[in-house]
Amino acid sequence: MIPANFDYESPRTLSEALDMLASREDAKILAGGHSLLPAMKLRLAQPSMLVDIGRIGGLAYIRESGDQILIGAMTTHADVAASKLLLRSSPLLAMTATQIGDTQVRNRGTIGGSLAQAHPSADYPAAVLALDAELVVHSRKGERVIPATKFFTGMFSTQLHNDEILTEIRIPRTPGEGVAYKKFHHPASGYAVVGIAVRVKMSGGKIDSAAVGITGVSDIAYRATKVENALRGKPAAAIADAATHAADGAEVLGDYYASTEYRQHLAVVITRRALDQAAGAKR
Amino acid sequence: MAKNGKASSNGKAAHWVGKKLKRKEDPRLIQGISHYTDDFKMAGMLYCVLVRSPHAHAEIKAIRTDAARALPGVVAVFTGEDTSAVGGIPCAMQMPDLKVPRHPVLATGRVRYLGEPVAAIVAEDIYTASDAAELVEVDYEPLPVVIDMEKALSSDTPYVHDQFNSNQAFTHTLKNGDIEAAFKKADCIASQRMLNQRLAPIAMEPRAVIAEYLPGENRLTVWSSTQIPHLLKTQISVMVGLPETAVRVIAPEVGGGFGSKLNVYAEEGIVPWLAMKLGRLVKWNETRRENFLATIHGRDTINDVELALKKDGTILGMRARILADLGAYHQLLTPLIPQLTALMHAGCYRIPAIQIDIVGVFTNKMSTDAYRGAGRPEACYNVERIMDIGARELGMDPVEFRLKNFPQPKEFPYTTITGLTYDSAKYQESLKKALKLAGYDALRKRQKAGWKSGKYYGIGVSTYVEICAIGPSAATPAGGWESGTVRIEPTGKVTLLTGASPHGQGEETTFAQLIADELGIDPGDVNVIHGDTLAVPYGIGTFGSRGTAVGGTAAYLATQKLKAKMATLAAHLLGCKPADITIGRGRLSAKGGKKSISFGELVMSAYTARNIPAGFEPGMEATHFFEPSNFTFPFGTHIASVEVDAETGEVKIEKYVGVDDCGNVINPLIVDGQIHGGIAQGLGQAMWEEVIYNEDGQLITGSLMDYVIPKAHFFPEFTLDRTVTPSPVNPMGVKGVGEAGTIASTPCMVNAVCDALAPLGVRHIDMPLKPERVWKAIAAEQSGGMDPLPPELSSAAKRGTSAKAGKSSTRRRP
Amino acid sequence: MKKNVTISVNGIDQRASVEPRLLLVHFLREVAGLTGTHIGCETSLCGACTVLLDGRAVKSCTVLAVQADGRKVTTVEGLADGDKLHPIQEGFWEEHGLQCGFCTPGMIMCSHDLLEHHPSPSDSEIREGINGNLCRCTGYQHIVAAVRNASRKMSKRATARAGAR
Repeated sequence: MIPANFDYESPRTLSEALDMLASREDAKILAGGHSLLPAMKLRLAQPSMLVDIGRIGGLAYIRESGDQILIGAMTTHADVAASKLLLRSSPLLAMTATQIGDTQVRNRGTIGGSLAQAHPSADYPAAVLALDAELVVHSRKGERVIPATKFFTGMFSTQLHNDEILTEIRIPRTPGEGVAYKKFHHPASGYAVVGIAVRVKMSGGKIDSAAVGITGVSDIAYRATKVENALRGKPAAAIADAATHAADGAEVLGDYYASTEYRQHLAVVITRRALDQAAGAKR
Repeated sequence: MAKNGKASSNGKAAHWVGKKLKRKEDPRLIQGISHYTDDFKMAGMLYCVLVRSPHAHAEIKAIRTDAARALPGVVAVFTGEDTSAVGGIPCAMQMPDLKVPRHPVLATGRVRYLGEPVAAIVAEDIYTASDAAELVEVDYEPLPVVIDMEKALSSDTPYVHDQFNSNQAFTHTLKNGDIEAAFKKADCIASQRMLNQRLAPIAMEPRAVIAEYLPGENRLTVWSSTQIPHLLKTQISVMVGLPETAVRVIAPEVGGGFGSKLNVYAEEGIVPWLAMKLGRLVKWNETRRENFLATIHGRDTINDVELALKKDGTILGMRARILADLGAYHQLLTPLIPQLTALMHAGCYRIPAIQIDIVGVFTNKMSTDAYRGAGRPEACYNVERIMDIGARELGMDPVEFRLKNFPQPKEFPYTTITGLTYDSAKYQESLKKALKLAGYDALRKRQKAGWKSGKYYGIGVSTYVEICAIGPSAATPAGGWESGTVRIEPTGKVTLLTGASPHGQGEETTFAQLIADELGIDPGDVNVIHGDTLAVPYGIGTFGSRGTAVGGTAAYLATQKLKAKMATLAAHLLGCKPADITIGRGRLSAKGGKKSISFGELVMSAYTARNIPAGFEPGMEATHFFEPSNFTFPFGTHIASVEVDAETGEVKIEKYVGVDDCGNVINPLIVDGQIHGGIAQGLGQAMWEEVIYNEDGQLITGSLMDYVIPKAHFFPEFTLDRTVTPSPVNPMGVKGVGEAGTIASTPCMVNAVCDALAPLGVRHIDMPLKPERVWKAIAAEQSGGMDPLPPELSSAAKRGTSAKAGKSSTRRRP
Repeated sequence: MKKNVTISVNGIDQRASVEPRLLLVHFLREVAGLTGTHIGCETSLCGACTVLLDGRAVKSCTVLAVQADGRKVTTVEGLADGDKLHPIQEGFWEEHGLQCGFCTPGMIMCSHDLLEHHPSPSDSEIREGINGNLCRCTGYQHIVAAVRNASRKMSKRATARAGAR
């Protein structure tokens, strides 16, 4: 219940934060704290310093910029879920956010914190993958933009370096696309046993393109490219067959609640259901 | 009290009993101004944190506490060697062949379950104590672990307790009727092996203990989140070696128990001992992690059940072999629980022959003990599942099959083959009412239509009877009576001291209701005091659905004594005979109603005592210790309607109906609440909850992230109704209701899911019915499988690792 | 190193010098002396510690006191207006929305957030809205009724207030 002691800094600017972060090898960023603090309370994590980025102005926003929508890393799940702009122009992320945790977690947890933690069963990774999002990262050296498809490198591990802070998520507008996030909840933790985020672009009764982001199935969220390829140029009727490739090539997780065999099965079924919903198909 | 039609003893219509009175305890609770144990903060209080074993079975080679002691703010660190003089954790059960290992408060030499305490840290604050706990170094030599209770009985197993040369703690057989003949002449034998999985009670308030010792007064005061303050007081005095008169236990607000606080725990020995040793107030709060590790678990039995049947649906006999996983040590009632299963194994049916064989097994796990229902849910599950399986084998509707084997209402009191005497029941009536409420025929129609469109609807019925109002002392290990003291204060306000120690049941309200009716006053004028052994005469506690039927009856009978005393005084003052006095609406009146005296005046004159009859004891107080003549046996019918997604194995609970009969009802709001909560816990077992230890004895579902406590959106609205069959066992005709929902709902739910999947050939699925299990059960019946898995995936399956295991492998904490 | 914090709790500034690791729930219970906010787990799951932070429901076991510095916290003790209970408290009382009462403060504070954003929630919205709060006593049945009851009361009072203007 009680975290080990640590030093605490609460910078007011990003550059201060980056300096503090660089000053200590095992310093950790505190955003919403909903992944880090529970781990610290169980003393599974014992950083010697926390850099609280909650008091840096201007890191929580959702706004348009050209073809993209920009989301500040400190934007809470609740604000993402309720964003009229997102619901109008790119609803997948908002649909995903409504299914994260519970009211209190959504009020406090942030999109940046969740993505940076890269929990293998977190919801957002599926959505940012399906959206081909760009993740903007700052360090003292400057800014770099990492495509979501390259961001996740493993369980609890990303491209982020110790001295970097994820500051912004950029997603495209998805006009005219069908989108869906379907989740098989773990009944206790609320995490995704399987979470499938999909975008489907249809024209003339055929699928022009589909994007499928999958979380929970493997130790790293991934794009189901085999499914996507099997759908290109096909009618919605091809979804069932295509979905069978949902876990192809993935090292499927197994635990007491869902074995690898069952999780694999769920990945296929939920992928199909998500695609059906996005394609407007009734089965 | 129109609804129940009951009248109180003096013939007046009940005014408060039967009303949906808002609870008296609620204002303090909804404003957050009540006091649970952890809410007390006293000057000079120290905080205790326990260091617990990360191994399920190991030799303790060395414990180094220097670094912990050296931490500023740490007051003391103690290990098992220091506490060897503290008495062991008690087991109240006495059986001729029961093996009872010594159960120390801090482990010495060997640890036998994950989370067993090995050292106690005391510091100025809890943050420092937690830091110090990290600094205690213990050298363990891991030993082979006994986890599987069947393997535990094999010849080449390690032993949990070497001195017994066996892991078998006891055997118990209940046999009656010619069981061999019953099975010989059966047309059909339904048999099924059923696992009743281990559960964690998870009261929302974790346990907490505070102790203060004043050497001058020789007074030890212990605040503990307990269901049994008096029994605890006795046991603490034995553990710490003080005369019982020097010990006071206070159970303040208690945040749920469900049996888990019907116990005496290591911490209830350690913390008082620390307070005495250090001469300071000491507080210990359980974390949720500790609650999973070291508060008792429930259930955990393997049941092989057989039912011998005639073709026409008549039951000839029932046989069961039950293995019960007791864990590493006995807690207070550990060996008793499976025996309650045997006792209730006849259910609500006419069964001419029975044999139940029970084997209690030691394993390297936390002890099992009383968890809501305590042995009876296991019995009801075995019986109600095998009834459904039997009906299916015979091709009978499960409702018709049950009706055929119920005893008739006129047969009550009904003596069962297990030797119990069921007090009163109309099983047929509750069943019929539930069928109507659920729309049973329409559900069956929809089910048949569903099969054509690939929809799997299921209807589960369970007709239960349970044993409550525990109980006659002859049948309980530590006294089955209860005490009640009613005192009318000089100002006419009433204090009730009850030995029942409620923890959410609302007895401050219901007991006030029943006393208010008896004395013709307002329930607001009755203050119910409980949970303080210095204030309240010895009592037993609240568990086993006994609060109202035993504790309430004690209060009721104490009130009758007072009424007689009041009548004597009133008769003296009014110049009539005591028999001519009636009490009601704040007055005592002589026959004819011409002469009367106000309640207040009469009470005051009992205290001023200037004008009392010869031999009349001044004051206005009476105590009754009520010893019940029998248990009570509430009953009812629950019906669940579900839809199963055969593709994923997910179960949706569409409708849940309960018709329960707990005899007369004092407060319908509270009775409904008890049923609701009971159903939720029963469905929790059926669908989601399981304590899983892996083969190393590590706890896989040891946090709320993994162990599923049902959430609000898991449930539909429950539809409840009642029948009312008063019990003849007590004067109020009440039976008890705390556990009924839990007992009824578990088999009801499993029956519903198995019913839904019957067309696919599924016969039984073990609990919890998590989606994967349901999916696998279907797949097993669909030769070739619903969605056959390509062979390349079977190898991928073996590579899989769990996210959780990966996360915690960096550092393993118990 | 300790940090000085000032947290407005139920409208009163609470100042203290605290270790950065001090959890908000411990600040409320130990420093401010408000023990109505309970602790039921350490994994941010049970919701017993729910309070409002700048008006939104949060689990105070998963917020550091230093994070709440300069901000407004409302606990269950701050809901009633003197002797007048808040309509949500009345709802819980009238509908028997509690038994042991341990989850109740958190449940009430979470319901406050729900009704703020959805003044007239459906039963299923109520159930989803409180799914971050565990109750082991009630099966949630009377809790749903309590929130429904409060919603009716609050709507009626809001209408009455609007009418008065």
